[in-house]
Amino acid sequence: MRIVGIETEYGIVDPANPQANPILMSSRLVEACRQWAGDNTARWDYGGEDPLQDQRGSRRERSQAHPDMLTDESEFDRGAGKVTLRRRRGSWEDPAHLNAVLANGARFYVDHAHPEYSGPEVSSARDAVLWDRAGDAITLEAASQYRESEGLDIALYKNNVDGKGASYGTHENFLVRRDVNFDDLIRRLTPHLVTRQVMTGAGRVGLGQRGEHEGFQISQRADYMEAEVGLETTLRRPIINTRDEPHADRAQWRRLHVIIGDANCFEMPVLLKVGTTSLVLAAVEAQDERLDALELADAVPAVQTVSHDVSLRVTIPLATGENATALEIQRALLGICRDYATDAGDHLVLVHWERVLDALERDPMSASKDVEWVAKLALLGRLRERHATVHPDGTAEPLAWTDARLAALDVQWSRLGDGWAHKLTQAGQVTRLTDDAEVAEAMKRAPRDTRAAARARLIAARPDIVDAAGWASVVLDRDTEHGELEVIHLDDPHRASHPLIDALASQRA
Amino acid sequence: MPQTHSSSHGYEDETPEPAPAPAKVESTDALDSLLDEIDDSLQVNAEQFVRSFVQKGGQ
Repeated sequence: MRIVGIETEYGIVDPANPQANPILMSSRLVEACRQWAGDNTARWDYGGEDPLQDQRGSRRERSQAHPDMLTDESEFDRGAGKVTLRRRRGSWEDPAHLNAVLANGARFYVDHAHPEYSGPEVSSARDAVLWDRAGDAITLEAASQYRESEGLDIALYKNNVDGKGASYGTHENFLVRRDVNFDDLIRRLTPHLVTRQVMTGAGRVGLGQRGEHEGFQISQRADYMEAEVGLETTLRRPIINTRDEPHADRAQWRRLHVIIGDANCFEMPVLLKVGTTSLVLAAVEAQDERLDALELADAVPAVQTVSHDVSLRVTIPLATGENATALEIQRALLGICRDYATDAGDHLVLVHWERVLDALERDPMSASKDVEWVAKLALLGRLRERHATVHPDGTAEPLAWTDARLAALDVQWSRLGDGWAHKLTQAGQVTRLTDDAEVAEAMKRAPRDTRAAARARLIAARPDIVDAAGWASVVLDRDTEHGELEVIHLDDPHRASHPLIDALASQRA
Repeated sequence: MPQTHSSSHGYEDETPEPAPAPAKVESTDALDSLLDEIDDSLQVNAEQFVRSFVQKGGQ
């Protein structure tokens, strides 16, 4: 079981007013989300998110260094998660950066100029799919509330590009053992991140960051990857991001922040991007040297080479001097990862991983129910045939890739609620791993086996005493003799309970 | 009432012939009706829609 989480920045548009300020819209959308959530929401605890202090090391040092924090070690069982006191500093919230921590353990907020749903910590790829779906459903509920409250229309897109140069992200986060050498991690994980897109890409009309060349490619994000490794996420985006905020015990854990992935409207690619990457990370943690044979000669151009080849036959150069297709590299990774499946969730990933690779090898178009770029390409192909120009000699020329209808289909594919991907799913043409009832439940309930359960339990049961919450903290504001705020530390993402939270949650407000 | 089996090779105990064709037809129909909808929606405003879909960069 590995702790993972997915963050999605949605595209946001006022259909009646394309010039509308996206930051303001996003902020009002978060407010609408709070209205939808009723009482069961909390503000974000920025107290645990100071990047300067992150550089210092462990949380204990941080709390000692923070002048506003007074430790109180005797009152609670430290072994089960510390509770510290924090001086009150007023409760101002920046209206442009509203947050809603929800009863399913997720965070809904404004990031840059986009609304973002950061799903709760989950312990399996299947749960990642479920709470990702729940995020889409919550965002739709917020949009519906927005229309009512604001008297304005709003449309949200689960994609990553606008076709004019802008890209926004869908990030995966993986808890990885700190004792893994980071250079080894980069070397051994990169071939997977470069080639997994053949299964997980969402497809995109246009090549180049601004779509300056015509055509179709496998991935939304590929053309925006410009470095192998780096700290940046908005410029010179790297295949491996080095941001180091573990939101957990720094001595034990890293949080690997993967920014290369596409937003997916299909469920199978979400299962595969999270599930396969988690298994490859297990092989990396085990220092499996079989991974070394797959090292790429030059990873950054390889991302684009793979993305631009819908035949899946083009090879990329390996560091050994040999060449391999993305499918061959994926097949080798699947073989290695069979040794690292530890539970039923991992085996589910292996089954689908093999099945989808088989289909892509046989005929890429045969994978259209599972692989999003294939389904999008198939639909685009049908539209191109429908509007083909028939020449006097009888030959037909399909609609040019530069036709606006194809670009429009691409964007509208990902619109939440009524996009073409949604309609294709409703028509039974897309593999589902969840059902609607489960998704509806996951909008209100956190995963039971991670700390999201502890955070969410209090937001669901006692929002009246929750001042704020973060990934690793819940801040209480209640009548006490000391008169201070109390910070419950949830440093271990594997722990689904905390004695103080459990005690408080069982009391009535 | 016994089922009449019209299989040409006449093995009575054979399971009914699988029907791969309907699935394909059904899928084509589903795509066709979706394509009709896409056509209706894109006929008028595709260019303007694409031009007005402008986002700020994010992470």
